[in-house]
Amino acid sequence: MKLPAFDYAAPATLDEAFELLEQHAGDARPLAGGQSLMPVLAFRLAQPSMLVDIGRIPGLDAITIGGDGVRLGARVRWCDILEHPSLRAAHPLLVEAIGHVAHYPIRNRGTVGGSLAHADPAAEMPGIAYTCEATMVIAGRAGTRTVAARDFFTGPLETVIGPAELLVEVRLPAWPVARRWGFEEFARQRGAFALAAIAAFYDERDGVATGVHLGVIGATGVVQRLPAAESALEGRAVDAAGIAAAVAAARAEVDPPEDAEASSAYRRSLVGTMVERALAAAATRPVAA
Amino acid sequence: MGNPPARTVRFTVNGVPATVEVEPRLTLADCLRHALELTGTHVGCEHGVCGACTVIVDGRAVRSCLMLAVQAEGCAVQTVEGLVDGEALGPLQAAFRRHHALQCGFCTPGMLMTSHALLSSEPDADVARVREALSGNLCRCTGYIGIVEAVLDARAAYKAGAGKGRPDR
Amino acid sequence: MTRHDILVGQPVERLEDLRFLTGRGQYVDDRSVDGMLHATLVRSALAHGTIRAIDTAAALALPGVHAVYTAADLGAKVPMIPMRMEANADLARFEQPVLAHGKVRYVGEPLALVVADTPAIAEDAAGLVAAHIEPLPVVLDRTGAERGDTLLFEQAGSNRGLALQALRGDASALDAAFRDAPYTCRRRFKVHRHTAAPMETRGLLAEWDAARQRLTVSGLVKVPFAIRALLATLLGMPESAIDAVESDCGGGFGMRGEFYPEDFLVPFAARRLGRAVKWIEDRNEHLLAITHAREVECELEIACDRDGTIRGLRGQGAYDLGAYIRPNAVTAPRNFAQMAGGPYRIPALHMEVALLVSNKTPAGSYRGPGRFETDCFRERLFDIAAGELGIDRVAFRRHNLLRQDEMPSRLPIVMPYGSGGETDSGNYHETFERCLAEIGWNDKVALAGRQIDGVFHGIAIGCYIEGGGSGPREHARLVYEGDGRVAVHVGSSAVGQGLETIFAQIAADALGLPMDRISAVRHGSSGIVKMGYGSLGSRSTVMGGSAILDAANNLQHAIRTLAAARLGCAPEEVSLEDGLRSAAARGRVLALAGPSGLAGGGIEADGLFENDRRTYSYGSHAAHLTVDAATGQVRLLDYVSVEDVGRIINPMTLHGQVIGAIVQALGGTLLEHLVYDGQGQLLTGSLASYLVPAADDFPVIRSFVLENHPSPLNPLGVKGAGEGGVIPVGGVIANAIASALSSFGVQPDELPLTPPRIWELIRRGNAPVALP
Repeated sequence: MKLPAFDYAAPATLDEAFELLEQHAGDARPLAGGQSLMPVLAFRLAQPSMLVDIGRIPGLDAITIGGDGVRLGARVRWCDILEHPSLRAAHPLLVEAIGHVAHYPIRNRGTVGGSLAHADPAAEMPGIAYTCEATMVIAGRAGTRTVAARDFFTGPLETVIGPAELLVEVRLPAWPVARRWGFEEFARQRGAFALAAIAAFYDERDGVATGVHLGVIGATGVVQRLPAAESALEGRAVDAAGIAAAVAAARAEVDPPEDAEASSAYRRSLVGTMVERALAAAATRPVAA
Repeated sequence: MGNPPARTVRFTVNGVPATVEVEPRLTLADCLRHALELTGTHVGCEHGVCGACTVIVDGRAVRSCLMLAVQAEGCAVQTVEGLVDGEALGPLQAAFRRHHALQCGFCTPGMLMTSHALLSSEPDADVARVREALSGNLCRCTGYIGIVEAVLDARAAYKAGAGKGRPDR
Repeated sequence: MTRHDILVGQPVERLEDLRFLTGRGQYVDDRSVDGMLHATLVRSALAHGTIRAIDTAAALALPGVHAVYTAADLGAKVPMIPMRMEANADLARFEQPVLAHGKVRYVGEPLALVVADTPAIAEDAAGLVAAHIEPLPVVLDRTGAERGDTLLFEQAGSNRGLALQALRGDASALDAAFRDAPYTCRRRFKVHRHTAAPMETRGLLAEWDAARQRLTVSGLVKVPFAIRALLATLLGMPESAIDAVESDCGGGFGMRGEFYPEDFLVPFAARRLGRAVKWIEDRNEHLLAITHAREVECELEIACDRDGTIRGLRGQGAYDLGAYIRPNAVTAPRNFAQMAGGPYRIPALHMEVALLVSNKTPAGSYRGPGRFETDCFRERLFDIAAGELGIDRVAFRRHNLLRQDEMPSRLPIVMPYGSGGETDSGNYHETFERCLAEIGWNDKVALAGRQIDGVFHGIAIGCYIEGGGSGPREHARLVYEGDGRVAVHVGSSAVGQGLETIFAQIAADALGLPMDRISAVRHGSSGIVKMGYGSLGSRSTVMGGSAILDAANNLQHAIRTLAAARLGCAPEEVSLEDGLRSAAARGRVLALAGPSGLAGGGIEADGLFENDRRTYSYGSHAAHLTVDAATGQVRLLDYVSVEDVGRIINPMTLHGQVIGAIVQALGGTLLEHLVYDGQGQLLTGSLASYLVPAADDFPVIRSFVLENHPSPLNPLGVKGAGEGGVIPVGGVIANAIASALSSFGVQPDELPLTPPRIWELIRRGNAPVALP
């Protein structure tokens, strides 16, 4: 499992990076933390001619918390998120979900941008970005464009990032302090791929849920929301009946693939169970007044 | 497939400067083992799951099979060879021996480096945290119980300052 | 014999640890020699097919490539890998060639060997080798193998090797037992394919010395002498021209010590090229190439009286041994058949086990071979039978466990080999009752089947016997060195189990010395002792340890004889004094060590231990777990092992063996599974998909080891201890899950018990599995 031959460059600026990517016309791959790309190379599932290491480009590793939400530079590592002094307050769902990413040493190198660009449907960050309606900032020679998460992921392991572009930032919308949320993940082992995970949040007004967001990770071929389950809960109290309605709708609307690990029926059931547990956690977790 | 030219990479290993000529595709693990002949770092899977190759780069435990040697330019790398205290075992190593935290020894360097990084930054880590942090390092011999006991036992030494003041931290 | 017993029985810290903890171990990939080349294998991407052509031109044209060998390069007859254990003409029809020729029979089968300047270039070149293989239909299960419309070996005429039989009592007694018993129960059980997956993959370094026509092979482990003998035959070289060098070994667990194709190919390439050649298996090919294990299904039937007295046990099973019969393929089926009755009183027993081939990786031995599987099925059947008879499952076992006054107990005879044997010593009730006490059975039994905080609690207990100390013999040599220290040389080999420490303890005690007077424990490699039989079947402490005892006696005798000659007395008059530093007789004292010492450049003595009877340690395991019925997730709350190993040399390393074995077997029961698709492609070729236990999976395992019943078969009184921890785990866990989910009528009769499978069982509810 030795890596295939490739050339390597560590540009000092974004412009240099774009130039290198362009020169290799689709045959170059950006390298950030490498925690997804290196195994792909080890199995020779990809054989790029050039790796463009963005690790030395300044300005890509900032975590910015502002009135408009949280901005994460592409090279922000999982450990940066977990160790940030105020991010847990600013976006508790994000921090909780990232706590489920892989293992301790992986979290020391894996990056937000790398995970989003890799677009693994079983990975936490794409699921959180999608569920939270994040905005992706993609830069290229022609300038910078922003893409909504729902338009960013085009399939398993596929995104709209062009061959000579780089994802430079993800922007998560502002998170009201009183927002209710839950994150439940089921994997056969800690750090293994999720068989199913649910990111859930809503705002409570007059005892009912509004703005219900339910995102599913791992159980389906792409990251997706659960619109029927969200509708089932929207405007209702998050009590046993409300949760049961959401669970039933969730199970009815997902169509998980069957694989060596689990049947479709199992994953469908698991999605419902994770919805149930995420909503129960959301409803009972103390939140700031 | 032409082989791109080798690069010169400079970093420190256990505080000692190293300069190596490497192919871009060489992993840090293979560089340490074969270019620098530091064979204490082991390679168990080459795809980032087993943890045997774990080393410390700029103070953090990382998989050296998931990092290119060229990416280590300018970094401070610490390996199992750097854990000894002169000729004596370091506190974590001694605890591993005392608690029979190893059998075949193949996963041991990775276990030690993960634990060293953990205790250096979190000397109060509780049993759940220790198990969680070590869950990315696979061992096929011990069943982990001795390993976890050893790491918990070594905390006292880290609270007293072990792991601090090393040249590469 | 001097027996101070100051070290044996003590938790002596391991000698090995000093090098392993400091990164100074010497595993095979840690060694490099000048001018060394690197080999990699081209492996079949198809499970079954006819080889039309293998085009190596593009690979050979790549700069840095030195050779690409296919079967065509191996001479007129491609060497075949013969069986080592229980060789048999019926099975020899299914031997593996060192490189595929004519046909490929599993994904991962070696097609060619590439040798290049670096491992990466070798892998680049391997990707350029074009194998033109015409696909054939695949055989992937028992039904397909037995149907035989697709044959792996046309000349064999069948996919079935021989069928083993294990018998106790004659056929009429068995028939009578099942005809007359008021209760019988027949169920089908299955254990899935999984494997040892040690942390270090395999590897070899072969060096050819053209001037001396000598071959040195490093990286041989477990049975280096046996591999050397076979290699010599296949290469057409005298055995004495091959040095077999044992390296540090990153875990064995039974899968090493086969003669694998690479064991021929890498030395072959080194000799052909006149260069050192290293091959290090990568993890993906490891999962394709090493022996898989444990894939067996069996219909098992029990006959009992209403009070639970077992009258008979019979079964028809089939092992899926993959594409070829490898050197050690029969061990598991043989044990499976012979140990079906375990430690219980079963007057009539008949097991028949078919050995089948299929288009999957060949199978071989894995820690507790056959015993894990057969224990799982028997203990499951016991719980089912006890339940149906309305007898408490503890009472059922207590009633049928052999009593001490029934020891030794004869084991069933295995045909066609005629092997039988009998247990050596023990009191099975002692470990059983202690295990019940340690798990707190009487308190926990109230929890069984109850749902508390959303999860269902279950408990179970099971019993086993382990076979250890397999013969035929082991050699040792002790050297009293000029400085007064003693070097221990032994033919056993190390697979990470702490052999050096244990042997140093035994040698030091036998000579009345402290640990630091043992200068070294050398083992495994040729040149150290005349012959060695290695580490397998929980034998090293029994065989190697006893050989060391013999050598210690002989060394003391040799010293006395030397001293007597100097002192002009009979050897019996000489006393060895001052911690073996001096010899005295008739008021005169001779220094042994030091510049003017009697030992001079060293005094040597050989030792030998021969044994044709096996030791049988035994014990009971109990588990308390919970099952989340919504997800199928099992959480182990408590796991207790109680065993008697005859005599404990080092309680610390023994504890490590037990805990490690239990966790490994928990992996095999709950996590690990080598999954194939319908075309025979392995879907679990990485450690991201082949899940082995991690540090937070099974945090509570408790081991209690007794030494109440030493083995009468060796001077140490020891029994094997490397495998017992594995044997009962599958049955205990399956029974505990059944206990937890009794309200759903769940009967987990097939491993692995993954969350999806448990969930499916719950959903299927009370519908028992239909029998054919």
